[in-house]
Amino acid sequence: MKGAGHRLAAVGGVALVAASVLAGCGSGDGGVTINVYKYPQENFQKIVDRCNDEADGYRIVYHKLPRESDGQREQLVRRLAAGDTGMDVLSLDITWTAELAKAGWIREFTGAAKSAVEEGTLETPLATARYEGRLYAAPDNTNVQLLWYRGDLVPTPPKTWDELIEAGARLRAEGKPGLVEAQGKQYEGLVVLFNTLVNSAGGRILDEDGAKAVVDDKAVQALEVLKKFATSDVVDPSFSNFAEDDARLAMENGKAAFQLNWPFVYAAAQKNPEFAAKLKWAPFPSVDGGESKVTVGGNNYAVSAFSPHAEQSFDAVSCLRNAENQKFAAINDGVPPTLESVYDDPEMAKPYPMKESILEALKTASVRPRTPAYQNVSTVISTILSPPADIDPRATADRLREELQDALDSKGVLP
Amino acid sequence: MSQAVTGETGRVTPSPKAKAAISEGKKAERRLGLLLCAPAVLVMAAVAGWPIIYSVWLSLQRYDLKFPDRREFVGLDNYVTVLTNGYWWNAMWITVVITVVSVLIELALGMALALIMHRTLVGRGIVRTSTLIPYGIVTVVAAFSWRYAWTPGTGYLAETIAGGEPVLTQKVPAVLVVILAEIWKTTPFMALLLMAGLALVPDDLLKAAAMDGANAWQRFTKVMLPVMKPAILVALLFRTLDAFRIFDNLFVLTGGSQGTTSVSMVTYNNLIKGLNLGIGSTMSVLIFLTVALIALVFIKLFGTSAPGSDNSGRR
Repeated sequence: MKGAGHRLAAVGGVALVAASVLAGCGSGDGGVTINVYKYPQENFQKIVDRCNDEADGYRIVYHKLPRESDGQREQLVRRLAAGDTGMDVLSLDITWTAELAKAGWIREFTGAAKSAVEEGTLETPLATARYEGRLYAAPDNTNVQLLWYRGDLVPTPPKTWDELIEAGARLRAEGKPGLVEAQGKQYEGLVVLFNTLVNSAGGRILDEDGAKAVVDDKAVQALEVLKKFATSDVVDPSFSNFAEDDARLAMENGKAAFQLNWPFVYAAAQKNPEFAAKLKWAPFPSVDGGESKVTVGGNNYAVSAFSPHAEQSFDAVSCLRNAENQKFAAINDGVPPTLESVYDDPEMAKPYPMKESILEALKTASVRPRTPAYQNVSTVISTILSPPADIDPRATADRLREELQDALDSKGVLP
Repeated sequence: MSQAVTGETGRVTPSPKAKAAISEGKKAERRLGLLLCAPAVLVMAAVAGWPIIYSVWLSLQRYDLKFPDRREFVGLDNYVTVLTNGYWWNAMWITVVITVVSVLIELALGMALALIMHRTLVGRGIVRTSTLIPYGIVTVVAAFSWRYAWTPGTGYLAETIAGGEPVLTQKVPAVLVVILAEIWKTTPFMALLLMAGLALVPDDLLKAAAMDGANAWQRFTKVMLPVMKPAILVALLFRTLDAFRIFDNLFVLTGGSQGTTSVSMVTYNNLIKGLNLGIGSTMSVLIFLTVALIALVFIKLFGTSAPGSDNSGRR
């Protein structure tokens, strides 16, 4: 019944399904094929190959999703809405778990599969895989932003936003590169920055259940910090159009002394050893000298509710995210593991020297609002905050509260 | 059937006799005609009619795929929500500005190009082919090259014309860049349609006008334009409808940030990204109505008809 309803909805409302349904329904050589849909991760095929060597009675096939997370989500939800049986294992951005679980598109982890996921997994990433007390996904990798700085220009890294802005200004006054790179484009990256600031200030965007928009006084304080940064003279002129990779490139090109970014920048910098030698890291700056509560990122594996091979899919998930493969991904693709034991592995020390800082940041990390309407929440926040230089803290907070409430009730129009 | 009814009074007797007067052969011919049309009508109904009806039906419901249990019939509530919303009207305004400005400039440039291509004696084939290149490039690909060209650091246009300013991050300059990209891409299409119209202008007429002492401008406005009118209006209609549905250029160039969304993008954001079938379908229906209105205005008011046909479109 439910599936038929979805299919009907997709035909009229979405009307884009037909082509994609045809992809990957084969189980050619008689065995079962488990179709894994994941973002393009450079060395992921090797992990798949290793799992295929061990797999019993099925073969994993890796299908690449688009590079940008909006594109990934679109393809997944479009096909799930149509009840596509060709997708088995889905790699989800951690913010989609609630939405897909609420819509009934992904399977709950129960019994042995559940305990296998929970064993040894760090608590913060695990929290992102739960919705309404149930486990719907298995954390594959996690992510926290750090403050990356040029060791040759900055002897001691700044601890707060004020210090960061001062340090940059001082460098610029001396005629050295002093810009601070961050993600200010109208997209998820801006929401991550805002969420970090709000949580670090001790504020809230939504209430505990994700049903009511709060945006309290502490959130206003976070908006003040964001505005101050966006209008300071250490901000990159292209800040309001920069995503992660733009920020990374700007720093590698010698324009900046600082960048707020995910740990992939370390792996990426190794292609330029001269620059890599100067690249240092420190905890994310805090709002008022207290703790910084960075937004946790990362990806989880989920099993599609429409997959005809649920049992093998759960089995494949446990292989894809086992300690050995998480270590491999961390070393080769720079994505932080979700199993605590991997951090202690001696092989991690050399290629992943910032692991202690990441573990430290993960302990105090914050998660983004957990609601099935997260995509709407994110769109509203990134639209209202863009460009960050135009923020008027009080008025912006009022507008956020009002439009977020509409988005949560799926009433208003999304920008 | 239409023959019998619409004929001028007196030619066909408007009495039951007229119906009976249709011969068996005519009837069979009509049946065959209907039969031959049927497959096309059925296909049209299936691929165009049904989705339209279905989206009208969806637009009367509160229906969000994220909250399947909250589905209910709400009448015209969605229309009220959309039509009282600032984002929608901003998008409508942006779309109208892009449409009007780009189509007008395209018309002027396209006319110039058409005249040049029409007159060219040497290398006519090469000239015509090369002007069509922008139209041949996939819009998304072209949009990407425009985006890089206008991005400080990597782009030559941003570094020279814009003086290193990130133009795509500000609303007005970004809209101008989008309009520019649209013009660059579709002027050749406009020129092609207008050239078809130019071919309709008889050389004798121009020569006669010249003999009567009309200068080039007078020949253009008094002879060529009136003859070309149907072609011009078709070109305008096509481009207006096309420009009104702008999506790809905007999607790549600004992604709709800083209030540069068009109505198509807002609809996409609500329907595909937001999974809100109710609100999204309402917007689709509104776009459909607007497009139908534009077509109606062109056809009824300006009397657009296919080039070469009589003015029967005008009533």
